[in-house]
Amino acid sequence: MKWGVVRFPGSLDDTDALWALNHVMGQEARALWHKDEDLAGVQCVVLPGGFSYGDYLRCGAIARFAPIMKSVVRFANDGGLVLGICNGFQILCEAHLLPGALMRNRSLSFICELVNVRIENTATPFTCAARQGEVLRLPIKHGEGLYVAPADELRAMEERGQVLLRYTDAAGRERDDANPNGSTRAIAGVANATFNVFGLMPHPEHAVEAALGGEDGLKIFRSIVMSVEQASAAASAARSSAASSKTPA
Amino acid sequence: MLVKVFVTPRKGILDPQGRAVEQSLKSLGFDGAGAVRVGRYIVLELDAPSIEQARETVRQMCGQLLTNPNIEDYTFEIESAPNEDGPR
Repeated sequence: MKWGVVRFPGSLDDTDALWALNHVMGQEARALWHKDEDLAGVQCVVLPGGFSYGDYLRCGAIARFAPIMKSVVRFANDGGLVLGICNGFQILCEAHLLPGALMRNRSLSFICELVNVRIENTATPFTCAARQGEVLRLPIKHGEGLYVAPADELRAMEERGQVLLRYTDAAGRERDDANPNGSTRAIAGVANATFNVFGLMPHPEHAVEAALGGEDGLKIFRSIVMSVEQASAAASAARSSAASSKTPA
Repeated sequence: MLVKVFVTPRKGILDPQGRAVEQSLKSLGFDGAGAVRVGRYIVLELDAPSIEQARETVRQMCGQLLTNPNIEDYTFEIESAPNEDGPR
């Protein structure tokens, strides 16, 4: 399947995402330039980690107005798959494609470490290749990862199952000392209400080979591939059944 | 016109910076200090035909870019420009 990884000034993990997709996953991934508006027919857009526009004003606040973001918003509103990692998550929140916002870590320190996150909902294009309650070990590296959202919004999100990842200990238990940045309800990743946009602070693209310390990040990318393949198989089955039903008996 | 925008973390939203500053103030003996919020102060010059229009423009700026209404509140002040010929 075709992937596009957006490159903003200050993006850092675009090359890692391209490596993970092209070389590890055998996918067809290309970089998309922030000044372009053409998404080149990709089936999933990745907003990578980094410090777009120097994180000036607020993380993601300036990137949101890059020319390519007009197309990304349109693509997402049409049901296209969008994955935002770290700074990409912050950009998606600023662009109102995801609810809530990311604030300074509770420790006020930049955190760079491996964390455990639990899969909270597998009925989404981003988590369908994982098991419910499965714990992934993924790296985080951020200064602003404390997730907040208004209380009523949080309740609605939990009811709809939009919280896809939560920080836990290795056994999958929620504990305050397993919540690295103080996120509300230990939220590490959220989807929109239609489950085609997903943002997460951990970096799946940094955990795709044993040499990098783990392969758990592949679960996220494999889920996306699986859901796109299933959707296209279902679409072609629907086409052929529609064609056969038109054939006179 | 000179516009001064004051952005603060929204009430009820956790403000880790404000909390750290408050703890430091208390450890220095400023026991009366409380509810510390750390925000942002933005100054800009704006060409506008009237104060009313300037107010509306600043509100739009705050809604679209200068603040994130999810987590921040703002207030602003507008001062008429000093005499254009005078020293700035």
